[in-house]
Amino acid sequence: MHLKYESSTREPLVEGNKTYHQVTEDICKPIEQKPSRLWYIGFFFSISLLLFGVFSVFWEVYWGIGVWGINRTIGWGWDITNFVWWVGIGHAGTLISAILLLFRQGWRTGVNRAAEAMTIFAVMCAGQFPIFHMGRVWDAFYVLPYPNSRGPLWPNFNSALLWDVFAISTYFTVSLLFWYSGLVPDFATIRDRAKTNLRKRLYGLASFGWTGTAKNWQRHEALSLVLAGLSTPLVLSVHTIVSFDFATSVIPGWHTTIFPPYFVAGAIFSGFAMVQTLLIMVRKIFKLEEYITLAHIERMNKVIVLTGSIVGVAYLTELFMAWYSGVEYEQAAFQWRILGPYWWSYWAMMSCNVISPQFFWFKKLRRNVPFTFIMSIVVNIGMWFERFVIIVTSLYRDYIPGSWSYYSPTWPEVGFYLGTFGLFFTCFFLFAKYFPVIAIAEIKFILKTSGNNYKEQMAPIEEKSVEEFAHEMEHAH
Amino acid sequence: MAIKKFAVACYDDEAVLFPAIDKVRNSGYKLHDVYTPFPVHGLDQALGLKETDLHIAGFIYGITGTSTAVGFMSWIFTKDWPINFGGKPHFSLPAFIPITFELTVLFAAVGMVLTFCYLNQIMPGVKKHVFHPRQTDDTFVVAIELSEHTSEAEVLAFLKSTGANETNVQVAESEWWYGRFDKKEAYELS
Repeated sequence: MHLKYESSTREPLVEGNKTYHQVTEDICKPIEQKPSRLWYIGFFFSISLLLFGVFSVFWEVYWGIGVWGINRTIGWGWDITNFVWWVGIGHAGTLISAILLLFRQGWRTGVNRAAEAMTIFAVMCAGQFPIFHMGRVWDAFYVLPYPNSRGPLWPNFNSALLWDVFAISTYFTVSLLFWYSGLVPDFATIRDRAKTNLRKRLYGLASFGWTGTAKNWQRHEALSLVLAGLSTPLVLSVHTIVSFDFATSVIPGWHTTIFPPYFVAGAIFSGFAMVQTLLIMVRKIFKLEEYITLAHIERMNKVIVLTGSIVGVAYLTELFMAWYSGVEYEQAAFQWRILGPYWWSYWAMMSCNVISPQFFWFKKLRRNVPFTFIMSIVVNIGMWFERFVIIVTSLYRDYIPGSWSYYSPTWPEVGFYLGTFGLFFTCFFLFAKYFPVIAIAEIKFILKTSGNNYKEQMAPIEEKSVEEFAHEMEHAH
Repeated sequence: MAIKKFAVACYDDEAVLFPAIDKVRNSGYKLHDVYTPFPVHGLDQALGLKETDLHIAGFIYGITGTSTAVGFMSWIFTKDWPINFGGKPHFSLPAFIPITFELTVLFAAVGMVLTFCYLNQIMPGVKKHVFHPRQTDDTFVVAIELSEHTSEAEVLAFLKSTGANETNVQVAESEWWYGRFDKKEAYELS
């Protein structure tokens, strides 16, 4: 039974006086209008970044991995740092769309579509790094277990790096299916209100012929619920497996059991920061402040302060365990992290990830949009440094002092990283133009319980006695 | 595939739709289908639809993924090409768990989505008749299938009495068809 009542102490999730039709109009408007000048500037800037990235990758593939700054001591540099960073960003999208669905959090409906698009694009960017890190990228398909003419020689299923192949590709596929199954009814909405022939045909194709019969919706609900149930352990497993890349190897600084939960918390932390960065821009550019409200931003900031604090505890636990273990290699690794030649990266990580999110304990700052925007970027810089610290500062001084080394990136590495920004934002700009950035059907579903104008009608209900209310709701649908 | 004649009633709120559905079901007219712009909870009970078995299909696909992964990796490492990794056992089940889990999820998700598309008869390029262009926007549509014995005027008057703000008779394809989006088919409203 779905009660048409929600306490007025809860903030409305949809502001303004919205009807079902107004919701459709507001969300479809950016798709049906010519894009603004700002959109064109952003899009072409992203495309040029992407092209620079393509050139950097071409340079690396043509000349070989030697054009990168990595060396025999530091085999993983910016590439794997960026890989972990991008995968981590993706996690917030799945958290919003899957875990918050299972917890029946109505506020997810305003942000889940864009957050999940972010997941898919972030995973696309992440995947590039391990693939091109292989060096002979034309042999990349060797990681797949297919019956080949080399024996058949199978990949090592006991390797954490192969687990990654399975985890990332499954994660991408399932996220894409989950996202698209939610998009199908919304594409049908755009198809049915399309004014031009081309739009009618393209959205007709994309909407799979959806008409919204009662049985179709029943199956759609069942599908969403099961996909959410599958995605929840999946998203936890993905960053767990990414952390296994490090935790299963015997490198001081990597070989710890705290890694899986620590990585997952960090992933959600940086992911929510990226969702904030994107949605604060989207709500401004497309004038969707009534759907992505201050209440949404505040809730996400609460997640940021929670996960940021978990990450902070994990950093301190690592330091404690290094001391308490009594292993001098472990102790040395952490001592050099803090005070060694890479001290700046450790302290950048500490100040951006642990200290700065603590500002969000203040309600005024949680609801301050410009402050949130700046913080969201600070957090992602911090989380990038976290991965850099874990990877580079665990490798650069290994067991033989003769092989100690220092690492700085070269231009193709930086270009590759910038290129993935280009890929990410090119995809995101196209998404914002051609896809409904807010789940239309899902907003309509919560409108009558959480819409501002409907919530105002709750006041007379609140004055009723419990018996009277229960009696009326008995037959309500 | 059949061209049929329908009496169509459009409602502007789900609160009007529920009593109307009860009346239509009690009237003895043949209810073709109900179209809503978003999932309306309680609609399946009101229509007497039984719960979908889609999740059972998902479970079967998941189990298939689990056994595929465990079976395949065990066969490779114990029979097809056993490799000695640092003296560890060939059948090292704990190390198989990550891939087993991923394949379980992958099989379940892909299988369920394909089953979902098959059951709903949806696919890129598939077309279905849209009774009202705003049935995916803010209009709740009830379609009643007419036979040659039904009196159109009577049905329309009945539908009006249930609170419909728009009623009409349409001759349309009742199933799906494949082809280009046909403006005439979908937008004809009388």
